[in-house]
Amino acid sequence: MKDLIRIRDLTVRFYTYEGVVYAIDDLDLDIRQGETLGIVGETGSGKSMTALAILRLIPYPGKIESGSIVFCDKDSGGELELLKLREDRMRAIRGNKISMVFQEPGAALNPVYTIGDQISEVLLLHRRHELAYRAKQRVDNLLSDGSGFASAAKRPFRQWQSRLYHKIGEEPHALEPRILNRIPLFRRLLWRLKDEAASLTVDMLKGVEISDAARVAIHYPHELSGGMKQRAVIAMALACSPELLIADEPTTSLDVTIQAQMLELFRRIKVDRGASVLFITHNLGVASEVCDRVAVMYAGRLCEVGSVEEMFLHPSHPYTRALLDAVPMPGKELQTIPGALADALNPPPGCRFHPRCPSATPICQQERPKLKTVAKDHMVACYLF
Amino acid sequence: MSDWKFMARQLVKNPLSLAGLVIIAIFIIIAIFAPLIAPTPEGHRSPYMIPRDGYSATPQPPSEEHIFGTTQGQYDIFYGVIWGTRSAFRVALVVMSITVLIGIVLGSLAGYFGGVIDEVIMRVTDIFLAFPALILAMAIVSAIGPSLKSVMIALTVVWWPSYARLIRGDILQVREEDYVEAARGLGASSARVIVRHVLPNAIYPSLIMASLDIGAVVLSAAALSFLGLGAPEGYCDWGQMTEFARNWMVGPPGDPFKYWYAVITPGVFILFFVLGWNLLGDAFRDIFDPRLARR
Repeated sequence: MKDLIRIRDLTVRFYTYEGVVYAIDDLDLDIRQGETLGIVGETGSGKSMTALAILRLIPYPGKIESGSIVFCDKDSGGELELLKLREDRMRAIRGNKISMVFQEPGAALNPVYTIGDQISEVLLLHRRHELAYRAKQRVDNLLSDGSGFASAAKRPFRQWQSRLYHKIGEEPHALEPRILNRIPLFRRLLWRLKDEAASLTVDMLKGVEISDAARVAIHYPHELSGGMKQRAVIAMALACSPELLIADEPTTSLDVTIQAQMLELFRRIKVDRGASVLFITHNLGVASEVCDRVAVMYAGRLCEVGSVEEMFLHPSHPYTRALLDAVPMPGKELQTIPGALADALNPPPGCRFHPRCPSATPICQQERPKLKTVAKDHMVACYLF
Repeated sequence: MSDWKFMARQLVKNPLSLAGLVIIAIFIIIAIFAPLIAPTPEGHRSPYMIPRDGYSATPQPPSEEHIFGTTQGQYDIFYGVIWGTRSAFRVALVVMSITVLIGIVLGSLAGYFGGVIDEVIMRVTDIFLAFPALILAMAIVSAIGPSLKSVMIALTVVWWPSYARLIRGDILQVREEDYVEAARGLGASSARVIVRHVLPNAIYPSLIMASLDIGAVVLSAAALSFLGLGAPEGYCDWGQMTEFARNWMVGPPGDPFKYWYAVITPGVFILFFVLGWNLLGDAFRDIFDPRLARR
């Protein structure tokens, strides 16, 4: 399978008052086309930062120090170095080619706009030409089969409208429509753009299994349940059919039955749309449900990455094994991992996990283990192998 | 429920807000129909100059000809307070809208981008806030010459820093929200994020404060006029009319309330105007407060 995203030597640091935090340290990770890659790890292990680094949205005072993130665009076939892209080109990728679903669906929706408005906004940002094309067709239809006095009177306006939509379709940021859009009365000429966006929005909401989509679209976020909101957020992320959907703990704040529905939804998205999904979670059960491959991160570094079967049947890294033991099971006493997550300000030298590792050797304290292939589609960074 | 219905219900639910709305509505009607309520005498040079009936200094009590009486210099009080409503609205709305506009622009730049921009803008506001407001306003008016326009300029200069600061604070809070991050993650530009996602969630406290402050602006403008730094003599302005009455607050011995009409009438208009805006400000808070979920 071809790669969609290739992350190499990615290093992200936070320059805080107390010192430099190593959020991500020399990370190598590939996301293949059409797969669901899960990133598993404790809080603070750098999962979310990896996602934000791909979108280049690392918050202040964080900085991407070095490395490269190459995005292989399926449509154009070109390879883009995301970290070197100009900001406006990057904006055209966010939400369009790569989009993100946030952890807390309630917080990710703006409370002052309806669900429909917010999804329309994404469409109006990235799919202007498409909307304009559809609007133009609609106007042209009215022009061709209209008869009678009313339509004759509207004719010149409709012709103008059609010409404007054509212009937007050719060049989404053409000057004339942009100026008109700023003038209150003339703005009305472009209402069909919003109309088309609204009707597409309803389709989107239907696509994430909201049955009364038209009604939900006119509701404000606080009027919906958590599961509904998460569906709406997913619909928003999928609005422009992205090639990569990043889901940052999308099921954490939902109850178990809704979680199951969401996982089903994510599975369907992958199959129906052929999009890749980067699924960030700390729940191993969830990861085993939806992912094709799983990467385990600890303290900003990759410990182990491999296919789901390999990872769950032959977990190799001591941290992965400890994580799997820490999953609560009925009739079995819960195993916890001794010690606390490595201090990000003063990370231990060598392998970051060695202070908590049951099988640590002297070399673990000195040198950082490299990723080694232990089986087909299975790599581990540990001196045991 | 539609927004308008919701607003109407919030207004009616609280009788005090309704009172504020009624007071302001009455003032708006007075301002609009001023030419009908107090027609300008024919041949008068400007409708905003109070017609006078002689040059005697002593105020004259209400009579058929001057229903609220005349103040010092025989200016007609009724005409003055009615047309003074227009001046009050003009000063209040112009000062407040420019103030809020400057506050929004500078406050959002400072709050959203932070860093050096924030530092520069906030230190400038600190400098402005370090001056006693009324003294600074007086200095500005004296420097550019007393007139209603300079009063407006002076009040704007004095007032904008507190709004820039208030809006900055609210924006600092909102910009950390997930939906702002989400909007950026969906490819919105900084300008778009500020205008569409941050401001609508950060602006209400400032709007509420603005409606409360409109009363304060009118009071300050009246204070400047009272100090003789406002409109030219004879201009329809409540502050100036209280200034005319300054020497007549206490009547001759034995009849201290002889000239009450010269003091009370413009005073009552100022009082109700300020009161009306304050009550309406509370009403706006009830309506706009996002924490009051619309159910």
